[in-house]
Amino acid sequence: MSVRFGIIVFPGSNCDHDAYHVVKHVFGQDARFIWHKETSVGDVDMIIVPGGFSYGDYLRSGAIARFSPIMKDVVRFASNGGLVLGICNGFQILCESGLLPGALMRNESLRFVCKNVFLRTENTASPFTSGLQQGAVLRMPVAHGEGNYFASDEVLDRIENEGRVAFRYCDESGQVTDEANPNGSLAGIAGLLNEGGNVLGMMPHPERCSEALLGRADGAPLFESVVEALQMSV
Amino acid sequence: MYKANITVTLRSSILDPQGKASEHALSQLGFDSISQVRIGKYVEMDIVAESLGDAREIAESACAKLLANSVMEDYHITLNEVVAA
Repeated sequence: MSVRFGIIVFPGSNCDHDAYHVVKHVFGQDARFIWHKETSVGDVDMIIVPGGFSYGDYLRSGAIARFSPIMKDVVRFASNGGLVLGICNGFQILCESGLLPGALMRNESLRFVCKNVFLRTENTASPFTSGLQQGAVLRMPVAHGEGNYFASDEVLDRIENEGRVAFRYCDESGQVTDEANPNGSLAGIAGLLNEGGNVLGMMPHPERCSEALLGRADGAPLFESVVEALQMSV
Repeated sequence: MYKANITVTLRSSILDPQGKASEHALSQLGFDSISQVRIGKYVEMDIVAESLGDAREIAESACAKLLANSVMEDYHITLNEVVAA
């Protein structure tokens, strides 16, 4: 049976079609767009909050999108254990909405960073990362101006103790260094899980690197993992 | 009616790269006496309320809910009564 993906579309989302393309055409699953003014996510198995510049990033990235009507139902869906993947602006929206702790600040360099980075897989227990090996190094593109992850010491301790960092920025050999960190993120955090492990926010774009046609398909294991997890649970 | 002037800045414990860069430029221009430059946002709004206390409560709530992110930002509200001409 096909997994039904719901992709939330805000005014200013611009990776929504990439996400749709990957789940529908690369992985052959069911995909539908959900306009942000809707109040129910409907009959879906998983939600993707895609990248872009919702509401023009006015005020703070994700700050206004988080109050879109659909977000109440996204929070409900996540609270019931539903899988939610927030990519880039989606990660920012999930932090603003309280589904993930912390915040994403302006990049330390003050520059918009658009390049390929390397990520070290830190958690393979989540439905998003179960198809990856611990420590596996992935190459993925980032494209953001506000990806500098920040949380209080107390929150960071908790995240680390609970093993909720999914990915850290690293160099090609898997070393987590300041040089390999594109935005100044605390502890090199590139991807973060919620307490239940059913919500993942990440700044890099797996949907932009999930087919061989695009050079490498390092993002594919994420989609393969969730499809497998959801098909088993049906 | 009250006029609220609100500033939102990064919390003092957080490095403010824009402030740092500007401070560095100011120092190069010879402003040796300037330090601790912080850059933030400025918001102004009109608030219809019965009293100054009510207006403050509304402004505080607006900051806490939307205008500032308490994970990384502090806000400061100044209120002035606007008397109709």
